Amino acid sequence: MANCVSCTNKLSEQGFQKLEQFIDELDEKNGALISVLHKAQEIFGYLPREVQQFVAKKLEIPVSKVYGVVSFYSFFTMIPKGEHPISVCMGTACYVRGAEKVLNEFKRELNIDIGETTKDGKFSLDALRCVGACGLAPVVLIGEKVYGRVTPDQVKSILKEFE
Amino acid sequence: MSKYKMHVLVCGGTGCLSSNSSQIVDNIKKYLKENGMENDVQVLKTGCFGFCEKGPIVKILPDNTFYVQVKPEDAEIIVKEHLVKGRKVERLLYKEPLTNKSIEDSKHMDFYKKQMRVALRNCGFIDPDNIDEYIARDGYQALGKALTEMTPETVIEEVKKSGLRGRGGGGFPTGLKWEFAHKNKADQKYVVCNADEGDPGAFMDRSILEGDPHSVVEAMAICGYAIGANKGLVYIRAEYPLAIQRLRNAIKSAREYGLLGKDILGTGFDFDIEIKYGAGAFVCGEETALIHSMEGGRGEPTTKPPFPAESGFWGKPTNVNNVETFANIPVILLKGADWFSSIGTEKSKGTKVFALAGKINNVGLIEVPMGTTLREVIFDIGGGIKNGKKFKAVQTGGPSGGCLTEKDLDTPIDFDNLLAKGSMMGSGGMIVMDEDDCMPSVAKFYLEFTEDESCGKCTPCRVGTKRLSEILTKITEGKGTMEDLQTLKTLSQTIKDTALCGLGQTAPNPVLSTIETFWDEYVAHVKEHRCPAGQCTALLQYKILEEKCIGCTACSRVCPVGAISGKVKSTHVIDQDKCIKCGACYDKCKFSAIVRQ
Repeated sequence: MANCVSCTNKLSEQGFQKLEQFIDELDEKNGALISVLHKAQEIFGYLPREVQQFVAKKLEIPVSKVYGVVSFYSFFTMIPKGEHPISVCMGTACYVRGAEKVLNEFKRELNIDIGETTKDGKFSLDALRCVGACGLAPVVLIGEKVYGRVTPDQVKSILKEFE
Repeated sequence: MSKYKMHVLVCGGTGCLSSNSSQIVDNIKKYLKENGMENDVQVLKTGCFGFCEKGPIVKILPDNTFYVQVKPEDAEIIVKEHLVKGRKVERLLYKEPLTNKSIEDSKHMDFYKKQMRVALRNCGFIDPDNIDEYIARDGYQALGKALTEMTPETVIEEVKKSGLRGRGGGGFPTGLKWEFAHKNKADQKYVVCNADEGDPGAFMDRSILEGDPHSVVEAMAICGYAIGANKGLVYIRAEYPLAIQRLRNAIKSAREYGLLGKDILGTGFDFDIEIKYGAGAFVCGEETALIHSMEGGRGEPTTKPPFPAESGFWGKPTNVNNVETFANIPVILLKGADWFSSIGTEKSKGTKVFALAGKINNVGLIEVPMGTTLREVIFDIGGGIKNGKKFKAVQTGGPSGGCLTEKDLDTPIDFDNLLAKGSMMGSGGMIVMDEDDCMPSVAKFYLEFTEDESCGKCTPCRVGTKRLSEILTKITEGKGTMEDLQTLKTLSQTIKDTALCGLGQTAPNPVLSTIETFWDEYVAHVKEHRCPAGQCTALLQYKILEEKCIGCTACSRVCPVGAISGKVKSTHVIDQDKCIKCGACYDKCKFSAIVRQ
């Protein structure tokens, strides 16, 4: 689900064709908005205005409704993620074991805030709500890779792995 | 399973998978093959064992040997020593933290001794992707019994008699809920499983779906039979890819076995299950919001009545239960309501799963009979507080719950006792805090969460939680006033009384439950601009004690901003203007030469 196929910020014609096919093959369009958006984000990596307009047209609903749903759920994003999306778990278990300090260190090292992407498009930073690996708290996810028991002084060397 | 002499169970829960447990499975298989034992020993990737603190876990049957923190390279020694020669690998055995004695098998571990596994009965025992293993442990017998020996009314009667209450938070009697849905006549009804586990720090629903998905599939079919629905929906977080995959697999194999679909077991009863994905909104745990989300819209709650049992998904009667609630159903039908109601307290029957996390030695997933005390959970099962620190509080019920303290430790845990203490059961998250945790900061953490997750529909919640979190931020920065403390109390009460749904009504609980008990701590922030726990960075100053510093340079090397200067073997100094108060030096110094004021 979290596969970010195209994080390169390009909205390919092919992507739209794929999405169109997905929508056309739905048994029931009514109530399918969220699953269509999941598919769209899987294809494009994010949900910019053009994609939202396309979805609205295909499902025959107002764009405002699509935007309302996209902005409501934290899983949907309108900003392209970085090549290596960083998620710092801010669930309570990680919080009490020092996740906030780790998050602050990432912010400082990358000079971006939560929800932003570095200018070179390499990293994006998010706070995540519980990945359920509380035994490893505090947990950081970079792409699919899981880092457990992270301390602020490890942040620099973790980032180096991706250079 | 009988043709194998031994079984190796490797935890395949999310926590252990993150520590590379798949590689352990592959390596063990490889070495078994090298030793020509692949037909004698079965290697299984199971669901969560619960003992996440020491993961990855490898358990060997029949002797119940419990290996902890196993690395992929340990596979060789496990195979060559234990499986070939029958000698246990001493260094991988679990050591009891108090006595430092190796424990040979899981039955003798304090972590498991006081537990009673009902909802988690199969987690860590079976391969969740293999329906035959579930069936071998009495799986789908309850469904068979319901369909062939019971009427919908007797099924409901049995669930009512068991005293089972909803495990998702509210604690509403499950049997009654089923009865309402049963009584409402309609051409179409729905059974919904709420698997939108949003409480940060709680992961029981995910573990059940990952470790024993068939128990939920079976229970949903039973519920469908009882209320007269032939369609089931599971609303699950998209952030749970493994649980989704295992649930999909379970549904597929149940269909292949004729346990889902048309004419189940030749009884003429039709039932099938579809998966709906959530997209990360805490409020969707509220059943009306969940239903709106399943319909593809914004997950905003609506006032009840009408209850979903009258008008739910697409306006049809809908019964919504949580994952853990469902997982109890097959056992209740098989072992009987009387058996189930013999466990627990007067008004809370059965067991409850808790996700134990925070500053505790044994982080993990546990299941205990209702009525077990917090002391037993935290100190006997949980192994006490990490690093020998002092227990300060335990937060139960997630963002809707509250903090319980020393004086509550001997309270038997059940729905009503927790409510009476100003907290709640919630979905079963239990976060343990020690003397280093600052209560106003904890309250602020939760309020920032609810502020963020408030759907914005009603004003008390949308604006109120924001104001609460602003005031708490002020306090933790040392800018609060005594009037702010009063405002916190009155505003909290107002939100509680006026918010539309459960999220808003319970949002102030983290404030209300800490402000009374930890009044002095709040006042210290306001009057003395001091954080007694030393957590609030704005109120802190780090200093190096001249007489203790030996000049090892460890602190200056770890400082991320280069604020510490000093030559080797001479006293170091922190430049207060550059210091970002991250505390890295404080944690690093081995000579207690750095103090926090």
